[in-house]
Amino acid sequence: MNNSILSNTARFIGLILLQVLILNNINFLGYINPYLYVLFILLYPFNANQSFFLILAFLLGLSIDIFEDSGGIHAAACLIAAFVRPNLLRFSFGVSYDHQNIKLSATPFGARLSYILLIVLIHHFILFSLEMFSLSHIILVLKKTLFSSIFTVILVILSLSLFSKKYR
Amino acid sequence: MQQIFNFLIRNKNNILFLFLLALSVFFTIQTHSFHKSRFISSANAVTGGVYSWTSDIKDYLYLEEYNERLLQENKELRNILTNLNDTISIENYRDSTSFDGTYYFRAARVINNNYAKADNYLTINQGEENGIKPEFGVVTSKGVIGIVDRVNSRFSRVISILHTESRINAQLSKTNHFGSLVWNGRDPNLVQLIDVPRQAPVKQGDTITTGGRSLIFPEGLPIGSIEDYEMDESGSYYEINVRLFNDMTNIGFVYVIENVDRDLILSLETQDE
Repeated sequence: MNNSILSNTARFIGLILLQVLILNNINFLGYINPYLYVLFILLYPFNANQSFFLILAFLLGLSIDIFEDSGGIHAAACLIAAFVRPNLLRFSFGVSYDHQNIKLSATPFGARLSYILLIVLIHHFILFSLEMFSLSHIILVLKKTLFSSIFTVILVILSLSLFSKKYR
Repeated sequence: MQQIFNFLIRNKNNILFLFLLALSVFFTIQTHSFHKSRFISSANAVTGGVYSWTSDIKDYLYLEEYNERLLQENKELRNILTNLNDTISIENYRDSTSFDGTYYFRAARVINNNYAKADNYLTINQGEENGIKPEFGVVTSKGVIGIVDRVNSRFSRVISILHTESRINAQLSKTNHFGSLVWNGRDPNLVQLIDVPRQAPVKQGDTITTGGRSLIFPEGLPIGSIEDYEMDESGSYYEINVRLFNDMTNIGFVYVIENVDRDLILSLETQDE
């Protein structure tokens, strides 16, 4: 239990610093950035208290916002991603997920991919819609969502396989 | 009463969610309304500290380029200096690079720079302690960067010209036809000059400079050159794409301009109201 608190705290701070110091400066092809800090929402223990998780997700987004001067767009996107996570877990891993203490690394690859993809897409779409804040830029929003999501998903899968404890 | 409590406890997650969502949307709307006080900004001690620490490291990588730019600027200033001695006898001489002495320049370092979003801000390492106040202009030797927006004791936040709400008075350097400089949020090297009357002789490659109708920037600071242009829907105004002289993706050191007479002029202008 203590170990879990420790590793989640380290992940929270580490991901924020990684995001604001390195990943926000990539700007691949002018505007494509990966938002790897979503990894915190993906990896947070599945059976933990949902209210506390919502507050943590909000604080995570708000910290990025303060560094980025972007108001509350990351906070809103993280919050919504965290709020819909139980439904997405049920959708991807079947009804049995909340009674067993499953680990993300121990799930079939297809289910894992759909879970990552859905959360990342929802998060990015809300992020970019709020950033543009106008319906006339909807094409730009969709374009940014698509390309940044591809980038983020690749990075998430890479870092998951890089840091997985399962050696095979 | 019991039922109300039960309802609240049963729906505590949803209520918490709605509350936090409302809070974040409120912050978002705050940033989209220009020139209002905001709670969330990177001009605070923690983020300013982290950013100045990392820019210490990053600046080493760009030292050569910054030196090059300083050398170029020194060369131009020396040219002006020698020319001034030659033309000292001409009275009322004034070219676009000499200012009337009502402007005070301070040097600062950009410690955080955004350019990939729709609304971009920069953070610089000078604050109230160094005499910086909101509404001061920020430029480099190559051109305009933005306007100071929020200040704390040691850091300031600058609204970049790459901000969809930013409007800067600008003019054609040849003819003094003026318009507003805006950004459509797409290419960080191109800004748009709108509301230029159709009588203006717009030509590709012409220089755009700051206009004289601003209390923030001195007249005649360079901004960029005309990339291409077209008429707007009504056919009476030009919409001009301006390629910036500055590389907004790599700024480094900047000058903060204070208009010493600004308060005097403002108090004069607001007296009638």
